[in-house]
Amino acid sequence: MRLELCGVTKRFGAFVANDAVSVTVEPGEIHALLGENGAGKSTLMNVLFGLYRADGGEIRLDGKPVQFAGPGEAMAAGIGMVHQHFMLIPVFTVAENVVMGHEPVKAAGLIDLAAARRRVKEISDRFGFDVDPDALVDDLPVGAQQRVEIIKALSRKAEILILDEPTAVLTPQETDELMAIMRQLKQSGTSIVFITHKLREVQEVADKITVIRHGKVVGQALPTASQAELAELMVGHAVGLKVDKSPAQAADLALEVEGVSLVDQSGLTLLDNISFQVAKGEILAVAGVQGNGQTELTQILIGLRPTTAGRISLGGRDLTGASVHQILDAGVGFVPEDRSKDGMVASFNIGENLVLDQVDHDPFSQRGALKIGAIADNARTQIGAFDVRAPGPEATIGTLSGGNQQKVVLARELSRELRLLIASQPTRGVDVGSIEFIHERIVAERDKGTPVVIVSTELDEVVALADRIAVMYRGRFVGVVPADTPRGVLGLMMAGVPYAEAVAQPAAGETTPGGSASQPAAGGDGATT
Amino acid sequence: MSQTAPPPTAGAPSPQTQGRDWRAVARRVAQGSAVTSVLAVVVALVLGAILIAAANSQVQATAGYLFARPGDFFAALGRTIADSYSALFQGAVVNLSASSAGDFLRPLTNTIGHAVPLIFAGLGLGIGFRAGLFNIGAQGQIIFGAIFCGYIGFAWHLPVGVHLVLCVLGAFVGGALWGFIPGILKAKTGANEVIVTIMLNSVAAFFLGWLLTREAFRKPGSSDPLSPTLDASAHYPSLFGTRANLGFVLAVAAAIGVWWLMERSTLGFAIRAVGANPAAAQTAGLSVAGATVWTMVLAGGLAGLAATSQLLSTSAQQLNSDVAGTFGFDAITVALLGRSKPLGTVAAGLLFGGLKAGGYLMQASTDTPIDVILVLQSVVVLLIAAPPLVKAIFHLPDEDRQARKAAKQARLALRTEATA
Repeated sequence: MRLELCGVTKRFGAFVANDAVSVTVEPGEIHALLGENGAGKSTLMNVLFGLYRADGGEIRLDGKPVQFAGPGEAMAAGIGMVHQHFMLIPVFTVAENVVMGHEPVKAAGLIDLAAARRRVKEISDRFGFDVDPDALVDDLPVGAQQRVEIIKALSRKAEILILDEPTAVLTPQETDELMAIMRQLKQSGTSIVFITHKLREVQEVADKITVIRHGKVVGQALPTASQAELAELMVGHAVGLKVDKSPAQAADLALEVEGVSLVDQSGLTLLDNISFQVAKGEILAVAGVQGNGQTELTQILIGLRPTTAGRISLGGRDLTGASVHQILDAGVGFVPEDRSKDGMVASFNIGENLVLDQVDHDPFSQRGALKIGAIADNARTQIGAFDVRAPGPEATIGTLSGGNQQKVVLARELSRELRLLIASQPTRGVDVGSIEFIHERIVAERDKGTPVVIVSTELDEVVALADRIAVMYRGRFVGVVPADTPRGVLGLMMAGVPYAEAVAQPAAGETTPGGSASQPAAGGDGATT
Repeated sequence: MSQTAPPPTAGAPSPQTQGRDWRAVARRVAQGSAVTSVLAVVVALVLGAILIAAANSQVQATAGYLFARPGDFFAALGRTIADSYSALFQGAVVNLSASSAGDFLRPLTNTIGHAVPLIFAGLGLGIGFRAGLFNIGAQGQIIFGAIFCGYIGFAWHLPVGVHLVLCVLGAFVGGALWGFIPGILKAKTGANEVIVTIMLNSVAAFFLGWLLTREAFRKPGSSDPLSPTLDASAHYPSLFGTRANLGFVLAVAAAIGVWWLMERSTLGFAIRAVGANPAAAQTAGLSVAGATVWTMVLAGGLAGLAATSQLLSTSAQQLNSDVAGTFGFDAITVALLGRSKPLGTVAAGLLFGGLKAGGYLMQASTDTPIDVILVLQSVVVLLIAAPPLVKAIFHLPDEDRQARKAAKQARLALRTEATA
């Protein structure tokens, strides 16, 4: 079955998640949708699967326009989707999960489990899946659960299979097995849409690659394209984002992190022996694709999670194992990545949010009593200083725009003497005007001599702010590199390629920030024609 | 089912939000609007009127020949409703046929008497709701307050003044102790406070029942499960010789204290922040566990004080197994209706106290059963729990819901992207 998405547009309020996206998937083709987090890949597939209604454009199957009111209709039309988070019921058996929703029935409405088992067995044998129909899903390893999802889709005669980040949860071995399965499916005529941000996998298995950035298709490529080309297409070339900043006047070391590791309850290593230093008056930007341990790293730095191993000290003072309260009191300012969840209390007013983490001491309270006047004064001062567009200090922060909310959070953290600033995704969901302002304030804080750690998945932001760049991949620092490292190299490092190797790749070495942006685009054009 | 039609949220995992369901409920309750509360009472009174009419024998009789002489029916209907609500009013606020000023105001003092325990316990529950804790344990906390207060009242023989102060303190400490247990369990182990507090209600009730069989708590020479009578030195002094006593003043003072705590103290700030967004509170270095424990201790202490209005009133009182009545549960309604705010809780407490006081007169002077009062209270709860219903009935604009919907959709989109 041939699938065509023609100019699909999906908006959420003012936010355009998909901007006139056109993709064609030929029968029996493995088509990779490559893009960073938030590029709009999943939204596009949710539109296709009938979970969202498109605001514009058309979906065609074998040339016929179709419209799905829900996943049921999409499945009936032969589209199957394996979500990143499996939609399985753990206490049901494989067979029960596979037939759920369209159970074969015997007389008197009883479920015909034997038929269900046969169906699982048949598909499983055909592709050599090796899945026991009677096993409880809960008992299966993640890779096997994923195969159950695939069987589920195939049992409904799916001719187009959407795999949403299928390798995110898999071990390397399981990933290889999945690749083999994908090739087999392709052989049997199933088309596969493979959503991912991992370059290696794309090169290994895809027939055609469509790269999506900021909701738009920015290029198409064949798997023969180099990783560097793909990386640059994916992360984009430098746009107007530029911050006026003088070279860093780095002084003595302030933040020292030594061998920090984090292993979660299930034994998964989230952070693996991370060491770095940040000097006074320097910005270290942590780059990387989301979900490679950045969140955990900031949580550890601010004391929200205990480390499994390693040492953290600030200005010679050991902060390993200190509470959030102690770390904040030690002069650490923290801008969390998820503003509305961790950074503010939506139902509180601006004044209250501006003192959220300072309310228990001078000048905002005395012996347990709030000093309402001081809190109000502070609110007026900060609203002016950070140009927060709000009706007044009494306005509930939840009613403000994202940019103004972020300014409040930033104002709170910068309004006191800092000995370290940690800002995670400082401009996520912030309008362009505020981005510039926020960047300037961060640089100003650096120029005051404060060491700054920025965590961002926006390479533009990383390049604009950083004095040095640390690239994270799978809980490790791939390397700490100078700020003028070519973007292609950074892109490769974000995919786990060590610095030396990344530089050695010819195309990557040549592309410099804002430089030959036309080169990979040209490569993309070549691939489509 | 879930697989044929996974909702759009299916992309995001939800297990970690499950534990916060009650928090969300508590938060919604605490943030209800005053208009909703008032309208809920109005709707309840209208529904109550229908029930009163339906239960009235005369209305039923005239309804039999409604089409022959509709006038009879409507006259009976109007009379019944007017009589019942007039009786309710006269039993709750002022007695219009009274000969002396004291009699004139007696219903009001009755109302206050019924309202005081509801106000105390309602204030405590309100703190909990604003902290995001769905504390169902006021009943048990009142019982423990009563045990401490009662024991000090009958077993210790102290001078006037000191005795009263110690009894009141005892009630607070007893209730606070019983609130501390679910608080610390929630803070340390994440135990669900709803389940723990409900269970502790039963534990407290049976513990009191057992205590009353012990020598130390039983009236000498009696085998009834009744304690000795509390000393007169422990009684709340009457206000101006009426049946209202110092307990009401204390309840109002407690309301002011709770207002100060929540709006003007750092502890209240932390409690509100934890209730509204525990993740942000934790990130800001506020102690979620500390706020939880303090909230439950204060809530329990205030509920414990509710026992004092039963035990320390001017008529001679004994500790018995029914000392807490149903105040602990009625107080939940009071806190809900009062939107967990001190002033609202005092107003709601007076309203419910009035319904109770007036209900007796209504039953005595008309043939309206007092059960109608229960229905009124229940309808109020239903409507408070479902503000959209009230808004639909009165065609109120619901613009913030629209805004929330839009915001939710945008967030969802971002989240699905972020997990990809």
